[in-house]
Amino acid sequence: MNSLTRWQRPELAAWASLGRLTDLRDEIDRLFEMPLAGLARGSQLLSVWTPGIDLYEDKDNLYLKAELPGMTREQIEVSLHEGVLSISGERKSESNCPEAEVHRAERFFGRFQRTVTLPAPVSADKVKAQYKDGILTITLPKTEEAKPKQIDVHVS
Amino acid sequence: MTMKATVQRESQGTTDRTARQEPLAPEVNIFEIKDGYVLEAEMPGVNKAGLEITLEGTEITIVGRRQTEALPGESLFCECSGADYRRVFELDPAIDSSKISAKMEQGILTLTLPKSERVKPRKIAVE
Repeated sequence: MNSLTRWQRPELAAWASLGRLTDLRDEIDRLFEMPLAGLARGSQLLSVWTPGIDLYEDKDNLYLKAELPGMTREQIEVSLHEGVLSISGERKSESNCPEAEVHRAERFFGRFQRTVTLPAPVSADKVKAQYKDGILTITLPKTEEAKPKQIDVHVS
Repeated sequence: MTMKATVQRESQGTTDRTARQEPLAPEVNIFEIKDGYVLEAEMPGVNKAGLEITLEGTEITIVGRRQTEALPGESLFCECSGADYRRVFELDPAIDSSKISAKMEQGILTLTLPKSERVKPRKIAVE
């Protein structure tokens, strides 16, 4: 009488679907686009939580986005030191009743840390961080010197 | 200067490609307790508005559509795939499908699936 929720193998959708014969160039493009961190996370061999991050830049700010679902603001630490941004934290698993029988345990718990060397100097006191829908978004305004400036060319 | 233009064009191409990406399977934890099951699925970037849970027979399909606005500027570094989420589960027939409840918080979907009353162990009085 031991009917368990049946084990559904998830489609290995993080990888390019190798079975399909789409454009060869498309496949190769996708392979090159596939971020290495994605491969590491997908394989679960490393057993370390490395949340994915994205870094963007426009003329006024740097933006960093990290996927950190299921945390609270207090569990996330963001620090900036000499042009290196570091995000870290610890996610604790909610204690379930000891009689709970685990069928799948894919989610990571524990500490994580990512560091990024910023490509431009930023004003540390103007940095803003927001945590919404499990995504941490950090906006780092560039210092005045770092912003692109128009230089007038004089012809003598 | 040309390099920068090429990178910009590339990132344009990438965002168009997001629309064609295969959905990702969110990572889940499934527990069984005395009265039912609890399923937790990780879907960062998804909130209540983008969530679609469909029950069909004994199959439950969870679809999460990201609601995040794209960040301004050009992408220097991109690890997150930006794809939507989709995963299908086969339900234990002991689950009472009319009592399934869902909660969405900070990118985590928690589904509570209680077992139906008649399946729970019950003492039968002997007259």
